[in-house]
Amino acid sequence: MSPATISQSQESTAAAETAGALVRVRDVHKVYTRGSERIDVLQGVNLDVPRGDFVALMGPSGSGKTTLLNLLAGLDRPSGGTVQIGHDRIDKMGEGELARWRSHHVGFVFQLYNLLPTLTAERNVELPLLLTSLSANERKKHVSAVLTVVGLSDRGKHYPRQLSGGQEQRVAIARAIVADPTLLLCDEPTGDLDRKSEEEILDLLQALNREHGKTIIMVTHNAHAAARARRIVYLNKGQLQSEAIQ
Amino acid sequence: MQRIINWITQVYAVGVLNLRTLPRRFGSSAATIVGVAGVVTVFVAVLSIGEGFRATLQQTGSPSTALVIRTGSDTEMLSGITLMDSRVIQDAPGIARGGSGPVTSRELLVLVDVPKISTGTEANVPLRGVTPEAFAIRTNLHIIAGRNFEPGRNEIMVGAGAAREFAGLQVGSTKTWGKTNWTVVGIFTDGGSVSESEIWSDLTILQGAYNRGTLVSSVHARLSSPDEFDTFKGALVSNPRLNVKVLRETDYFSEQSIFLTKLVQNLGYLIAAMMGIGAVFGAINTMYSAVAARTREIATLRALGFGGGPVVISVIVESILLALAGGLIGGAIAYTAFNNFHTSTMNWQSFSQVAFAFRVTPMLLIQGFLYSVVIGLVGGLFPAVRAARTSVAAALREL
Amino acid sequence: MKFLPLIWSNLRRKRVRTLFTLLSILVAFLMFGYLIAVSNAFNIGVQIAGVDRLVLTNKVSIILPLPISDLERIEQVPGVTDVAHADWFGGIYQDPKNFFAQIAADPERYLRLYPEFLLPEDQKKAWMADRTGAICGKYLADRFHWKIGDRIPIMAAWQKKDGTTSWEFNLDGIYTGATPTTDTTQFIFHYKYFDESRVNGHGEVGWYIIRIAHPDQAPQIADRIDAMFANSDYETKTSTEKAFMQGFAKQVGDIGAIITAILSVVFFIILLVAGNTMMQSVRERVTELAVLKTVGFSNGLILTLVLVESLMLAAMGGLLGLGLAWLLIRRGDPTGGALPIFVMPTGSLALGMVAILLLGLATGSLPALQAMRLRVVQSLRRA
Repeated sequence: MSPATISQSQESTAAAETAGALVRVRDVHKVYTRGSERIDVLQGVNLDVPRGDFVALMGPSGSGKTTLLNLLAGLDRPSGGTVQIGHDRIDKMGEGELARWRSHHVGFVFQLYNLLPTLTAERNVELPLLLTSLSANERKKHVSAVLTVVGLSDRGKHYPRQLSGGQEQRVAIARAIVADPTLLLCDEPTGDLDRKSEEEILDLLQALNREHGKTIIMVTHNAHAAARARRIVYLNKGQLQSEAIQ
Repeated sequence: MQRIINWITQVYAVGVLNLRTLPRRFGSSAATIVGVAGVVTVFVAVLSIGEGFRATLQQTGSPSTALVIRTGSDTEMLSGITLMDSRVIQDAPGIARGGSGPVTSRELLVLVDVPKISTGTEANVPLRGVTPEAFAIRTNLHIIAGRNFEPGRNEIMVGAGAAREFAGLQVGSTKTWGKTNWTVVGIFTDGGSVSESEIWSDLTILQGAYNRGTLVSSVHARLSSPDEFDTFKGALVSNPRLNVKVLRETDYFSEQSIFLTKLVQNLGYLIAAMMGIGAVFGAINTMYSAVAARTREIATLRALGFGGGPVVISVIVESILLALAGGLIGGAIAYTAFNNFHTSTMNWQSFSQVAFAFRVTPMLLIQGFLYSVVIGLVGGLFPAVRAARTSVAAALREL
Repeated sequence: MKFLPLIWSNLRRKRVRTLFTLLSILVAFLMFGYLIAVSNAFNIGVQIAGVDRLVLTNKVSIILPLPISDLERIEQVPGVTDVAHADWFGGIYQDPKNFFAQIAADPERYLRLYPEFLLPEDQKKAWMADRTGAICGKYLADRFHWKIGDRIPIMAAWQKKDGTTSWEFNLDGIYTGATPTTDTTQFIFHYKYFDESRVNGHGEVGWYIIRIAHPDQAPQIADRIDAMFANSDYETKTSTEKAFMQGFAKQVGDIGAIITAILSVVFFIILLVAGNTMMQSVRERVTELAVLKTVGFSNGLILTLVLVESLMLAAMGGLLGLGLAWLLIRRGDPTGGALPIFVMPTGSLALGMVAILLLGLATGSLPALQAMRLRVVQSLRRA
């Protein structure tokens, strides 16, 4: 990118530090060994994401963007460096701790929606709440509130196979936000959708960010989707190359 | 004709496809085979008990030997025939003649307590007092260890089955029953018959030891030919001074085993039926998952034009083959583990122990195999039909 | 529990597969309940034996008699509160295969020793007054469709003084059992009639039954009685009724072992079938389990959910199977006479529950561990 954008990114990082960035990634490395082969997927990544930001993570396939997202979600551990979210150093947490942490702090949206086919939309959305101590009634209220937000309050009792792709993804998003997590992480959320549904989903994500203040990090290789974010971060060969601000 | 060839080609093609995907479904296929093997093993094993029991009791006796006991007795044990009556019986028509006159044997049967080796507790074993004539009647009798007892002495000869199942009956050991001491001098076999569960002694000595005077339990007679039976029986039954029942030895012993054989068969078939039903459910389960694993291939074949028929056939054939494999294994296990397994049990009808061996007959094995085929057939039917009837579009959508 | 809808939805996933797995578990537990009843029936004599009763037989051989004159001496042994005697008649009713126990006894004494045989007063009076009368248990009456007043002819090896061997009795009463396991298969008639009419064996009885005041004194009293008759012409062997019955049960053979062996095979097979189903089910759900872990379900929770699922399957099939076994057992003896007392033994239900628990755990642990251990990242990448 241009020197202007690079220096702008440095500014935003500085701004983030002073504002108290929600997400702080410092010099993170991730190595995979496949047999005797050693693959350095991430090679010293630094990233700051302030609260309320909407970041799009872009890069060619194999650049490590999904890996980075998994690290932010606490689904994987870095081989080196630190990952701090809020006050939590998740790179130092054990499996049990991470699971607990995830239930409070992370909402994940997958490319293939990954709804449980044997549960209704309501029951799918309810899943994260089962890990809390809310009563059945309270859970019901949260679920119905969140289904209203994504615009599917009339589809609560439907099974995933009865919903279109776009509707499934909206249920998935509802599931991701029902427990009011700190971060909303999305891995190619519109990758499997037709144009119209894609727009709906992106509208929803933007609304969640602008009106509800949700911090969103979205992995995508679709420039059109990335354009909806506040900020685009480029990953290539395991390193953060540049940033662009919308 | 062309249609048939076409059809067979299709079945073959689907069949080959099935075989190729078998390794992937190894786990569930193995489960079916083991399941059916287990069912067949239990089926054959339990029924071989009845077969063994029946064989022992039917191998006893020949149709040309007649048994005379008192009327109203169920068994030799409860029967009593006086010396006088014995003489009348010995003079009846139809009896074969040997060197020393009519070939008849007077025998006394009592029960003695001997510890059963397998349980350590005492069991009722028959002790039969005989004269040398008994050996003329039982032509299959061979002494395999030691020697025969000498008349007039407190000596006993033990049947091979009894020696195997009960404690302390080796050649040279002594046994004390009541106030009498007996020495074991030999062991005999008698063609696998019931006599091998007995202990034999001299008749007179036994009569003395048990205060029987000159009473015996039964008179055995060798007929000059099996057809002489009716003459023999007629003469005795019509005699007003006698109160006897006359049977062919073969009939007597098969009657003796009725109760126990029926018991074992009833229980055996009941158990086998329950296991079979369970096996069918298990087989259906396996075949359903087998079919599910091949949805894509089946759908593709159907889309290409293969008929539903060959699909059904191929699934059923596979199911039957798996079940048959299980059946063969089960039969083999049953045969090696149980055939000729020696044991003994109590025959309530005669109140005494009978030593016998499990017998896995060819008939039983065939029944076992048929059973496994039926399980395979029924197990494969529903999944097969379902596989064929699922519309192609639906099947492809499942992917 | 709030996770129940989730667990239940998994069972409904492949309904047909779940159904057939359930059915095979059902059959396994049906066999379990039923075969335990069979095993129990073979040994029932042991269980219904009276705690305070002893049995005296001739020491030399069970088929030899004892003199009735021994009765007085036995009665006077300290610790003995009551004595009865009995003879095995061993006759044939119509057909040798209609085998049942025919006992010649002193009616008063016998009924005193077996208070669990319940006979209405009027029937008892009628029997006492009728020399050739007899009573039988309800099972026997039902089996042969006998009614009070019927004349029952029995052919026996015992010759009567008139030279015949056919004996006839009037059925004066039908007794019922105090408990479901009481033996109601006996046919009992007057010893007096028996002894007076028979040609041989006067003054002899088959065996004695004794009641003692304190069951724990049994060994001493037994020894004392046997010592009393030692070295006589009729030496005795005294044992508790339980030991006596056990002797017979053991003579039949180790039915318990055979049944146990069969049930082991059955359970092994069912383990394979159900275990296979669970493994498949978990394997199919890898992505879903990964999603649950992403949402924050801990490894321990995932493990528990799979185990509970497996336990639920085992419980449903198991309870239905045991229930069905109970129903089947109520239909009675499957052998047509050999096992007249056929009930589901107490404690078999508890045993069944334990078996269900073990089955659920055994079939579920491997899949549960697999589910617990799966790595989210790798599992999601499969999609």
